[in-house]
Amino acid sequence: MLSVRQLTKVYEGGVVALRDVTFDVPRGQFLAIIGLSGSGKSTLLRCINRLVEPTAGQIVWGDLDITAAPQEDLRRIRRRIGMVFQHFNLVHRSSVLTNVLAGRLGYVSPAWSLVNRFPAADVEKAMRQLDRVGIADKARQRADELSGGQQQRVGVARALMQDPEIILADEPVASLDPVLAHSIMQYLEKINDEDGVTVLCSLHFLDLVHRYADRAIALNEGRLVFDGPPKEIDDRRFKEIYGKDAERVG
Amino acid sequence: MKPAALTGWRRILRSVLIGLAVIAGIVIYAYGFQATKVNLDEVRSERRQTQLVRILRALAQPDIVVFSQEEVTLSAPFYMPCPPVPPQQRELNPRQPYMLVTPSCIEPGGKVVVEAFHLDPNADATIFLVPNKDVKLRLSSLSTDASGHLRTEVELPERSSETEQAITVVTEQNVGRPRLSRSAIDTWDKIIETVFLALLATTLGTLIAVPLSFLAARNLMKGITITPLGLALSILAAPIGLAVGAWAASRLAGWTMSVSSSPIVSLSGAIVGPGLAWFAARWALPPVETAPPSAPVRWARTGAMLAAAVAAVIGVVCLGQILIQAGSWLETLLPSVSFLGKFVSDLGDIVHLLLTAVLGLATAGLLASLSGRLARLMTEGLPAVALRLSQLAISALAGAVLLALIGAAVDWFYQIKDLRLTLYGPAAVGAVLGMATSLRYGRRDAIPIGLAIYYLSRTIFNGLRAIEALIMAVVFVVWVGIGPFAGVLALSLHSIAAMAKLYSEQVESILPGPLEAITATGATRVQTIIYAVIPQIIPPYISFTMYRWDINVRMSTIIGFAGGGGIGFLLFQNINLLNYRAASVQMLAIAIVVASMDYLSSALRERVV
Repeated sequence: MLSVRQLTKVYEGGVVALRDVTFDVPRGQFLAIIGLSGSGKSTLLRCINRLVEPTAGQIVWGDLDITAAPQEDLRRIRRRIGMVFQHFNLVHRSSVLTNVLAGRLGYVSPAWSLVNRFPAADVEKAMRQLDRVGIADKARQRADELSGGQQQRVGVARALMQDPEIILADEPVASLDPVLAHSIMQYLEKINDEDGVTVLCSLHFLDLVHRYADRAIALNEGRLVFDGPPKEIDDRRFKEIYGKDAERVG
Repeated sequence: MKPAALTGWRRILRSVLIGLAVIAGIVIYAYGFQATKVNLDEVRSERRQTQLVRILRALAQPDIVVFSQEEVTLSAPFYMPCPPVPPQQRELNPRQPYMLVTPSCIEPGGKVVVEAFHLDPNADATIFLVPNKDVKLRLSSLSTDASGHLRTEVELPERSSETEQAITVVTEQNVGRPRLSRSAIDTWDKIIETVFLALLATTLGTLIAVPLSFLAARNLMKGITITPLGLALSILAAPIGLAVGAWAASRLAGWTMSVSSSPIVSLSGAIVGPGLAWFAARWALPPVETAPPSAPVRWARTGAMLAAAVAAVIGVVCLGQILIQAGSWLETLLPSVSFLGKFVSDLGDIVHLLLTAVLGLATAGLLASLSGRLARLMTEGLPAVALRLSQLAISALAGAVLLALIGAAVDWFYQIKDLRLTLYGPAAVGAVLGMATSLRYGRRDAIPIGLAIYYLSRTIFNGLRAIEALIMAVVFVVWVGIGPFAGVLALSLHSIAAMAKLYSEQVESILPGPLEAITATGATRVQTIIYAVIPQIIPPYISFTMYRWDINVRMSTIIGFAGGGGIGFLLFQNINLLNYRAASVQMLAIAIVVASMDYLSSALRERVV
């Protein structure tokens, strides 16, 4: 169980990204986060692994208070939370394999990883993950030689290397075409179903939300404006989430 | 007021302002002319122009090749006055150099025409009258023309004799093949020195600038914060660590050297030491850490790491010893390449020198990080009042130590020799400041130490960069003597400052995405740098290093002006001696080297980046 309580984030310069957001995510749920661009979805996800420091509020995971954890403990928390990004965020000049192995950095001893030495078991595991997402043959290529869809699969494999209990996906398919979008979403669904990993995924397209999510929450200007099953998002709710002038597409 | 009138006023105001700006511009440039003493009369002066032409012509004829010179003497018989029996006509070979005197006899005091053929073109020639073999009277000096021909009319002194006299033409002729002149050979030696000076300075500068550049990168340093207690403890721990580390290194090195005088001992030490260190480190640092280790395991690991460190130090000292011994052995074995032996033993010396510094810094870093952990334990374990009080006391102590150290540094420079000013005063002020800081910040407040380091290192780099390498060379010449080594050190220091700034700007412009992604995996800060930052900065770092080598070659051509070795020394000397033809050779060499460096570096940059 992941509990977010009264989470507030005010950026330097006074921009309020999150106001008093409270919700719980039970273990193994596929939670979609929707809302307009700039409504605070990315900030919310980044507060959960503290890539962004919350201004106020609490995030509790099991018996761990993530918001109060000191730097040393943060490493142990982050390594159990995988993250997938809209722009993939691969290291372009490194090989695909190194990018995937980077998912183990939270586990391996810092001293040995400095000289790029990973245990043989990790290398094997990385190859298995690449195989799982269907690009094992690209392992030795440079990451920037891959197409967008392939790069996002590397991103998913990197997150899987962490043996995650939660995956935070920040608009994982917004930079991909619809076909690729579905293939990436299916990987996330599979990880959610087979490994019981909790998935928090911000999405733009409601059809994807309807198809993959167990539950959706919606943010508007940093406020939680909806929390419930995706099928409850009717036209009235839609206008609350996206504003009066919004039109449904797709 | 109507809008039209308003715009009219505005227009007038605008014109007046433009007029004022133009006048201000004229005044500024007029003053500039006066300040820089622009003097057009000098430009037009006849005397100056002749000098200029002389220098330009000398520069246009670099003194690169010379010929061996041989004196060639042509001689023709001559009678003064004319003898009763006219002299016989000589046989002449029209292919060889020869000369004619017409007429071949005259009354004393007359004039003759001297003509010579097939001499070297543009050679200096002197015409003599030789009344007998002991006397030689100079008649005239001139040059042959472009085809080696010479013709002149000379007036003869009244020196009559019954016997045959002679008129001779003596020329300096080039013989044999052209060979390099002295100044060309010197220039070659010095240009090689210059290129290697630049190479060493760039290498040394790069090695030091790369790690420093991370300290001056805002995006890496921004997030680093420290609690007030942790900061105070680190300030106390770092100097202690530095002193302890350096002391331990020198004791350990001294002991190792005393037992490893024979090559066999030092060789086995150089092999066994690192081997032991490797195994100890392997045991102490498990490749995968799944759960936080228990306290006894932690202590055992710390012990193993200490043992590994000792073994490593012994190994490194032995390695240095071996290198020094091997170097001197190489020197006697291969005297022709003795520079290799000298290099090897210098490497050993450098290893010994670096050991103290590295171990001191490492211990300081270790103690500082331990003090961070201690601060955390205290924050969690102590009751609030005790914590508050101990934080106050430790902050006061840290402030006192910090300012006392600064006071000692000031005393070293200015020789104040007054303990009240350099020790007690700063310590008291520091204690008060430390307490004030401690009261100002709560126990969990984050002090942005990373940004403080960022600004500090930026300031130092900018300050160092502002000092020209030429001026740094002056200081280093005093330290290590006149010569290229002083130049290497001066250029290195300047390169460090310049490159650290350039590099850090590259770090600041990397894509933030990978950095975020690697941080999200739970990587430590150092791991993040290795996996997300370094792959991104390799191409610009290579390109900047090449560019810096290029700059260093150019700078090393002038660093000799201040005694820093390289070709500048020769150039400066020749200009001062007004030896412009030699100076021209050096200018030419600089131009060739700089141009080819430019070409080479851009070619390499294209290939690598």
